Amino acid sequence: MNDSGISPDSRPAIMRGFRLQWEPAQNAQVLLFPEGMIKLNGSAGEIMKRCDGERTIAEITADLERAFATTGLHDDVVRFVAMAVDKKWLRIPP
Amino acid sequence: MSAPLTEPDAAPRPAPGPPLWLLLELTYRCPLHCAFCYNPTNYAQSQTELETGDWIRVLREARALGAVQLGLSGGEPLTRQDLEEIVAEAHRLGFYSNLITSGVGLTEPRLRALKSAGLDHIQLSFQDSSQQMNDFLSSTRTFDLKSKVAALIKQYDYPMVLNVVLHRLNIDHVEEILNMALRLGADYVELANTQYYGWAWHNRGQLLPSRAQVEQAERTLQRFRENLSEPMRIFFVVPDYFERRPKPCMNGLGSIFLTIAPDGTALPCHAARMLPGLEFPNVRDAGVAQIWYDSEGFNHFRGDEWMKEPCRSCPEKARDFGGCRCQAYLMTGDAANADPVCDLSPHHHLVTEAVARAERPAHSPPARAEEPLVFRSDLNSARLFPNKNGA
Repeated sequence: MNDSGISPDSRPAIMRGFRLQWEPAQNAQVLLFPEGMIKLNGSAGEIMKRCDGERTIAEITADLERAFATTGLHDDVVRFVAMAVDKKWLRIPP
Repeated sequence: MSAPLTEPDAAPRPAPGPPLWLLLELTYRCPLHCAFCYNPTNYAQSQTELETGDWIRVLREARALGAVQLGLSGGEPLTRQDLEEIVAEAHRLGFYSNLITSGVGLTEPRLRALKSAGLDHIQLSFQDSSQQMNDFLSSTRTFDLKSKVAALIKQYDYPMVLNVVLHRLNIDHVEEILNMALRLGADYVELANTQYYGWAWHNRGQLLPSRAQVEQAERTLQRFRENLSEPMRIFFVVPDYFERRPKPCMNGLGSIFLTIAPDGTALPCHAARMLPGLEFPNVRDAGVAQIWYDSEGFNHFRGDEWMKEPCRSCPEKARDFGGCRCQAYLMTGDAANADPVCDLSPHHHLVTEAVARAERPAHSPPARAEEPLVFRSDLNSARLFPNKNGA
């Protein structure tokens, strides 16, 4: 657990009332919420679409590393999730 | 519409992007009679409404262009018995749908049907914190009903989003309004200062608060936020008359917003029909793509070719797009002028004079006794525009 309150066991989920979806017109994942929209860049979209409240940070990281044939993504994932929790795009269910 | 849909682009865009945000004003019919309504004061002259099939076609065409945010508004959209059908199609197409409602007509069977149709979000309006003031300001007896609807919205697991339009007659009640929101279990509260179009423009002398009232409300809000233990979020939409720079209205006309009025008229903003000399197309006559990309009504105020000084050479024009065209037209008579809220505008005195006239004690009537508060109603609309060619 670091000071953002996010641990490898945290299971981040999209905030209630928000919806993530792929928008062909923008060629991007977008996060929709009342009267607003965030267009996510490629890596943010890949992380966010795995935040289903089921998978842990550790599982999300492993899945991303497998999908993109790379390693060492843990800190990037935690950094993004912490930012998204701070912005209330994601929540960490108790 | 306070939160920007996207970050404003830094440069005027020669090729417009898609109409990301679609607002369907399904009807002008409304059980409320709010004196601050932005609907046109002559609405009673155009009571025709599109049929279900037309709305469905608009949804499909707009979605194909990339529209993704959908506002369902009015009037009171629940007066349309086909609302569930429209919501269901919007959901099927992938819109994020937001019902903007007074709550009147939101019975449990309808809410259940809307939920199962895929409605994403509901925004419920209150007019004030007490039954007496709510019912006075809306000229209805709706406070208790709205409170019940608020509970129902929570019961159906929607975020509880309250919108309260602020003005001279209720801005001193910000603390009571916020406490009411807490009691109702609100997740979000939007305190939206009145924007002066339509009925609100007609009633501006009665509705514009004094600067002292605005500052007191901001202090109250600050204190309330500091002591807030619940996760309730509060948005305060600043009243632009008290600012020195205009709002980036609609992110520039024709940039992301597409409004369809009840009769099918396509508008770059819900107030834009007042702008003179522009033909706004109707979705009965043209497809949404043609309307958005090719019509004069949507192209005219894109980019900065239309601007006059001081906007044209202003380094801030890419940030605020010269402000609001409707406000420029209403106050100066020319929609291409700078929004007079800007203190660089030669017409800024029109705003400061209006603010100066509001510097009377909070509850005293306007200086001119012949300025009664005119509530929005079919009868008052017909009185204000006795013949068909009223503006």
